[in-house]
Amino acid sequence: MAVDMTKEPILSARDVEIMFTLRGQTLRAIRNCSLDLYEGETLAIVGESGSGKSVFTKSFLGMLDANGKITGGTIQYDGMDLAQFKTEKDWLSIRGKKISMVMQDPMTSLNPLKKIGRQIQESIELNQGIKGAEAKKKAIEMMVKVGITDPERRFEQYPHEFSGGMRQRVVIAIAVACNPQILICDEPTTALDVTIQAQILNLIRDLQEELHMTVIYITHDLGVVANVADRVAVMYAGQIVETGLINEIFYDPWHPYTWALLSSLPQLGVKGQELPAIDGTPPNLFYEVKGDAFAPRNPHALAIDFEEEPPFFDVSPTHRAKTWYLDPRAPKIEQPHTIQKLRQSMNVGEEGQTNG
Amino acid sequence: MAEREKLIEVKDLQITFGSGRKKFVAVDHVNFDIYKGETFALVGESGSGKTTIGRAIVRINPISAGEILFKGQRITGKISHALDKEVIRKMQMIFQDPMASLNERAKVDYIVSEGLINHHLYENEEDRKRKVEDALREVGLLPEFASRFPHEFSGGQRQRIGIARALIMEPEFVVADEPISALDVSIRAQVLNLLNRLKASRGLTYLFIAHDLSVVRFISDRIAVIHKGEIVELAETEELFRHPLHPYTKALLSAAPIPDPELEKKKKLLIYDPSIHDYSVDKPQWVEILPGHFVHGNERELDGYRKEIESN
Repeated sequence: MAVDMTKEPILSARDVEIMFTLRGQTLRAIRNCSLDLYEGETLAIVGESGSGKSVFTKSFLGMLDANGKITGGTIQYDGMDLAQFKTEKDWLSIRGKKISMVMQDPMTSLNPLKKIGRQIQESIELNQGIKGAEAKKKAIEMMVKVGITDPERRFEQYPHEFSGGMRQRVVIAIAVACNPQILICDEPTTALDVTIQAQILNLIRDLQEELHMTVIYITHDLGVVANVADRVAVMYAGQIVETGLINEIFYDPWHPYTWALLSSLPQLGVKGQELPAIDGTPPNLFYEVKGDAFAPRNPHALAIDFEEEPPFFDVSPTHRAKTWYLDPRAPKIEQPHTIQKLRQSMNVGEEGQTNG
Repeated sequence: MAEREKLIEVKDLQITFGSGRKKFVAVDHVNFDIYKGETFALVGESGSGKTTIGRAIVRINPISAGEILFKGQRITGKISHALDKEVIRKMQMIFQDPMASLNERAKVDYIVSEGLINHHLYENEEDRKRKVEDALREVGLLPEFASRFPHEFSGGQRQRIGIARALIMEPEFVVADEPISALDVSIRAQVLNLLNRLKASRGLTYLFIAHDLSVVRFISDRIAVIHKGEIVELAETEELFRHPLHPYTKALLSAAPIPDPELEKKKKLLIYDPSIHDYSVDKPQWVEILPGHFVHGNERELDGYRKEIESN
């Protein structure tokens, strides 16, 4: 689906800051993150564990852990500022109805003591105000929609009677039962086999088209990103460091962290050579981060990277990166070899097509 | 190829769990050899029996039929105590989940040297300490880490401790059971590099168990694809990617996500339907269809595969 970025975004997060209190210390998990989400698009948020990608999107649903709080910025959605929501009651009009979420692990996100059908029905009754037989009918419809065969029989079964892929289908059915505008998929396929993964990704894509949803994928698998996304946001240490259309991120990335992520993929490695690994660990967010958070792990970091935080530079109207490399005063820096090779593969791919 | 030394030979392996009416055949008719110095990958989905085979080779799971040879010697069933000890030492295993595979209550020093202690493979306390330090250094950790507990380490570091624990026994053969699946993207490359480096410096042979073909392509010399306890195809890595023959291999290849949007868009997803095989009359066999390229199928299917090879 093409992204129409000229329209107003349906969700717009500005300078969001999220703090967690842990054992008397405060951790700045999200450091002034801004993100626009456009209607009908599929946005992928990529980053390693602990980069804050889950926390950031959970704040759109008011699902932060009890010790976490939005301490700055705004999240504009449907004329409201979600960052100002305080009570659970406020969230009830949004969560599940307008914005919905699919969690990573289908083994733990279902209630093992309740029948599958009841769990889907429950979500329908809670959010759509229909009850009893009517809700059951709707639940069975949903089960058919997500590809569960023989729904009448399976309605009466328990989660342990379902395989991992089937359970994830149930979780998806619960999430989309109320026709949400935005669906957040938090690593929806990490716990599944590759063959099942491909089927689930296709299912989400079909549902997206059918129900006109906007989808946010949270993932660390760049293969999945390449498969599903229209646009990509790369996160590192609580910040978005680069955003762009899918092809811009894969074939012309500019942030050194995006380079490192792509180059370290075994799929792109040359056999017999070392993979360019990312050394070191992400910064500890209990402390203030000085300069570019990725600089200590970047072998080609500039002196200024350690001193001052880089602003966003525009590469194209749809592509921005937060790195000093794009400053006109920076020395000329070549993209690493792996990226150049990827770009060549794109050029080969584009031949024979009228538009890229 | 024929002159290459076979380190592991698996012959007609069958592994069953339970007995009587509850008997379940997890692995059946599995045949393969692993040559010295190569990385042999076993790929399949969860429940296909790949880990079971790995565990059978290191003598954790008993087998119900067939045999496994290590350097030409049978290591399954009843074997002498001396051979048992030797095999335990020379074959080591690296586990999938670094969070679950280390003893939380022991210090790294003990975790790494437990094998040495059990087999009395050190002269004195000083020698043991030195060996632990060397092993830690070899996997890229600091010797000081020996006095810490596992919970003080990140996932990547823990996996390195697991590797050090295997290395200290000076093995010849290592079973790596999904060693990178539970790790973060940025750390996977480090661990793969480490495994490759150790293979070169110590002349190790690996059995690499994984579920993702695209990752395996980078590290392995030969790949066996396993489905529901039977190996359906085996070939050298590039040959398998060039001429996948068995429909299950094709389905696996098509499902593996490629980090390249243009290629991903053009890719067609194939879904494997086991009911296409009609083995009621024409029984399937394990055939070397090209030199070094084995595939499982019956006569009719094999004819189809041969035509396929000719046509491209």
